[in-house]
Amino acid sequence: MIHKFVLDDVKIVLDVNSGAVHVVDEIVYNLLDEYKYKTQEELVKLFSGRYDEQAILEAMEEIGTLESEGLLFTEDSYANHPAFINRKPVVKALCLHIAHDCNIRCKYCFASQGDFKGDRSLMSSEVGKKALDFLIENSGARRNLEIDFFGGEPMMNFETVKEIVKYGRSRELETNKRFRFTLTTNGVLLDDEAMEYINENMENVVLSIDGRKEVNDKMRYTVNGNGTYDIIVPKLLKMAEMRNGKSYYVRGTFTSDNLDFSSDVLHLADLGFKNTSVEPVVADDGMPYAIKEQDLEIIAREYETLAREYIKRHKAGNGFNFFHFMIDLSQGPCVIKRLSGCGAGSEYVAITPEGDIYPCHQFVGNDEFLIGNVLKNEFKTDLQTSFGDAHVYNKEKCNKCWAKFYCSGGCHANAYNFHKDINIPYDIGCEMEKKRIECSLFIQAKLLEEAE
Amino acid sequence: MKHIKTLTNATLKNSAAKGGCGECQTSCQSACKTSCTVANQECENK
Repeated sequence: MIHKFVLDDVKIVLDVNSGAVHVVDEIVYNLLDEYKYKTQEELVKLFSGRYDEQAILEAMEEIGTLESEGLLFTEDSYANHPAFINRKPVVKALCLHIAHDCNIRCKYCFASQGDFKGDRSLMSSEVGKKALDFLIENSGARRNLEIDFFGGEPMMNFETVKEIVKYGRSRELETNKRFRFTLTTNGVLLDDEAMEYINENMENVVLSIDGRKEVNDKMRYTVNGNGTYDIIVPKLLKMAEMRNGKSYYVRGTFTSDNLDFSSDVLHLADLGFKNTSVEPVVADDGMPYAIKEQDLEIIAREYETLAREYIKRHKAGNGFNFFHFMIDLSQGPCVIKRLSGCGAGSEYVAITPEGDIYPCHQFVGNDEFLIGNVLKNEFKTDLQTSFGDAHVYNKEKCNKCWAKFYCSGGCHANAYNFHKDINIPYDIGCEMEKKRIECSLFIQAKLLEEAE
Repeated sequence: MKHIKTLTNATLKNSAAKGGCGECQTSCQSACKTSCTVANQECENK
């Protein structure tokens, strides 16, 4: 399977199954449609009115060479790979819902303004420690384990975060595990002391902000109804600067209210943030800010605009990283990981303040997906297996899709929210993801062209 | 080649040889939390 597309002056061909990426000229681009179905004579005849015969023959020879080298039209040979078939169900990452409460009110919050449609509650250190024990016990031979302190707003229960980190560190040596902690925060409660602690102890910190002041403040406001932009920007900038090379992201959400979201990404870059992720909202169709099918064309053009500016800034030496454009063509994740995606429900679970286990933060509060409880030492492995089996080969739509090794089947929660089936991907999400991948490949091609 | 410039070779195929150790970051833990891109994750077993 191949996928080809044109963006500006670049024609790109992706050989889906090998991962090879080629920039081609017009002759090759057009020949590829017919190459597998016609003889050499037929192809020469078909294109002779448009191109020189010698050029057609040369182009065909080059296509043939790449095909014989396994760089074009390769078959998918991973479904029976031993590392894929024999993968063991282990849990290696937790999303700890430190606080089912929040100090701001975001209009689009999937967690129902922080309480996940339940009572407002804070996780105790006892539950947190039990969650780490659960992770250690269910992680098999995996050494690197991840904990994301999430909410609601985890800084509303910051002392518990510290106790859990301390406990995790105390168990690393005896268990031969390494904990990597991440904190996701809206930034309101960040002060110098908290920032120093976070910088010291967190492998990654995710700082929530949507972009331009008017965009951010329309969606993200305090309990009094005032926008958060002016409160958080100085704090987030200080936190980002303190990281000094350590990982951080400013992370925003765009909705149908700001389909010109490239301006928000660029605004964040202009503020000085170097690592940015701005993502489409996930909302029921009925919500006024939900992204709808008719928005896709505008969104596609917007990603292209962002890609062009991204290239321009990189070339000018003031580049920044946009999470969804950061595809590493040479050293990305292995194909085995790419088959099974985010790992929610199998490798990754969310734990509530009450110790309940769900496949991920997006499923919290849905009783159908309650997998167990860390205090009761319960864990339903049948649900873990069904999530583990929700890989690209078991999703009909993904099987036929050229992007399957880049998105890895998409978000289970999105699939469930829109189709009530984790094996049927969320179509609008797929279209946006495909556009982002094309833009990423375009960026790589243009930056490489510059380097030569 | 005159008509084709290869940006990257068969990286996926090559990655299968030593793939599947599972030590890498869970994609949802990084920065996305909804829009699942896996290809931008880093391999821990380079």
